[in-house]
Amino acid sequence: MSNRMKVVVLVVLALGLIVLFLFAHLRGDFDYVLRSRSEKIVAMVLVGWAGAVSTVLFQTMTNNRILTPSIIGLDSVYMLVQTAVVFLFGSTTLTMMGNTLHFLLSAGSMIGFSVLLYSFLFRREGQNLYFILLVGMILGTFFQSLTSFMQYLIDPNEFSIIQDRMFASINNIKTDLLWPAGLLIAAATLYTYRHLHELDVLSLGKDHAINLGVAYETVVKRLLMIVAVLVSVSTALVGPIMFFGLIVANVAYAFFQTYEHRYLLAGAALFGIIALVGGQLVVERVFTFSTTLSVIVNMVGGIYFLYLLLKERKAW
Amino acid sequence: MVEVKQVLKRYGGKTVIDRVSLSVPRRKLTSLIGPNGAGKSTLLSMMSRLIPKDGGEIWIEGKEIARYRTEELAKKISILKQSNHIAARLTVHELVSFGRFPYSRGRLTRQDRDYVREAIRYMELEPLQDRYMDELSGGQRQRAYIAMVLAQDTDYIFLDEPLNNLDMKHAVQMMEVLRKLVDELGKTIVMVMHDINFASCYSDYMVALKDGAVVCEGDVSSIMRDEVLRGIYDLDVRVQTIENRRICVYF
Repeated sequence: MSNRMKVVVLVVLALGLIVLFLFAHLRGDFDYVLRSRSEKIVAMVLVGWAGAVSTVLFQTMTNNRILTPSIIGLDSVYMLVQTAVVFLFGSTTLTMMGNTLHFLLSAGSMIGFSVLLYSFLFRREGQNLYFILLVGMILGTFFQSLTSFMQYLIDPNEFSIIQDRMFASINNIKTDLLWPAGLLIAAATLYTYRHLHELDVLSLGKDHAINLGVAYETVVKRLLMIVAVLVSVSTALVGPIMFFGLIVANVAYAFFQTYEHRYLLAGAALFGIIALVGGQLVVERVFTFSTTLSVIVNMVGGIYFLYLLLKERKAW
Repeated sequence: MVEVKQVLKRYGGKTVIDRVSLSVPRRKLTSLIGPNGAGKSTLLSMMSRLIPKDGGEIWIEGKEIARYRTEELAKKISILKQSNHIAARLTVHELVSFGRFPYSRGRLTRQDRDYVREAIRYMELEPLQDRYMDELSGGQRQRAYIAMVLAQDTDYIFLDEPLNNLDMKHAVQMMEVLRKLVDELGKTIVMVMHDINFASCYSDYMVALKDGAVVCEGDVSSIMRDEVLRGIYDLDVRVQTIENRRICVYF
């Protein structure tokens, strides 16, 4: 089967799941049900797309297939902001906060953190990419500790509000944010699309990329920003999903067996949409909402991650 | 013309390349030799803009290296480092096609395909061109990388230990190919060599580095002498002439 054919199959599968999700068990007020379902669909498509694309970009830059962008510590920034708001102003402030304000606060703090981190670290020429990741990881751990510290101090009832935010959920999606989030993700995707061939070269590694005339530092700097925007937007939209990008990216590598990013990115994004929509169908129809999507994704993803680690270890 | 002027490189407080000047002879095979830690690879990496320099100038065809746009430079010089682990799954043909990236930015024209075919033929990789890189032996893989460099079609080729991990037979084959590139295609090759005898038998010009400085340079007959090599390696070596080749005995 050619790679183009495989993409078509995935598109059909994704569309099929979307239709199933929209029209299965249609009862009651059609208008209301359809609208709420299509909002969920849009959210899942955006999050699936952003999670998959950001992970593939990140793994191509680092030439490492078991890293996820979460090691830069963006999820910890997100949790820190949620916890700090509750800690300083109380849980009512967090729950009553307008969606737009909350989105701006969360996405803004994550993107701001990335801008600060990168501009600080890239000031010196010839900086090692892994050094930047390491600094991000250490800061992430620091934010996590700070978050836990505040969580110990607050009232347990308040903590339960934060706990809600710790797991991604499609069920309480903020619909008025879909437009701005969609625009940001579309802009990031468009930029990526125009640099598809440079991504192919980047997957050869830094030295080959420079040799072949890729302006390595500039490209990596911009791609890191793109990754930060994608992760921030999707996290602000539904909350942190840890393993999701890792699974769909690796499934796409295994499925396509190519270096070409037009297939890898499209494939990973489609697998992302299929996983989310399919997973949400399972959550709604099999578990009848007794669990959330991210619990399932993290469980499946965690098992797959262990499998990858064991497989990689054998390969060396 | 490649000219290195007073180039400097520091790691932390330690100076690893100390105001090195060098001019690379055109259409010749030049070997950089010297003990471990002499700064050979560092110098080569700076000459091919893989790492920035901390001082001095490197002129390539009348223009300072930092003033080039990197895609422009990719049509003039190519560099191959010694360790080439690629995570992506590639066939030989796909790898060699990457050599045309500086010209086509990924959209290969008919002319690009001709260059790729020619490079594969030149390195005798035709039977292997649809095999994946991870299925090849070390020698075959090295040839594939050289083919990629050939497809890049630059006048200057920089190689960091091209004989690394090759057995005798493949090492000789590789050197014969590099010789042909210089003699038949008029390329200028600069390479870091560890095996002094391979350098002696195949290069036109030798540059010896020690402690981040050039200690001597010249043609093979002026470098392959007892007293010169002893000074470079701090080792009691004897140079013998066997079948008209200067061979260094260091055991």
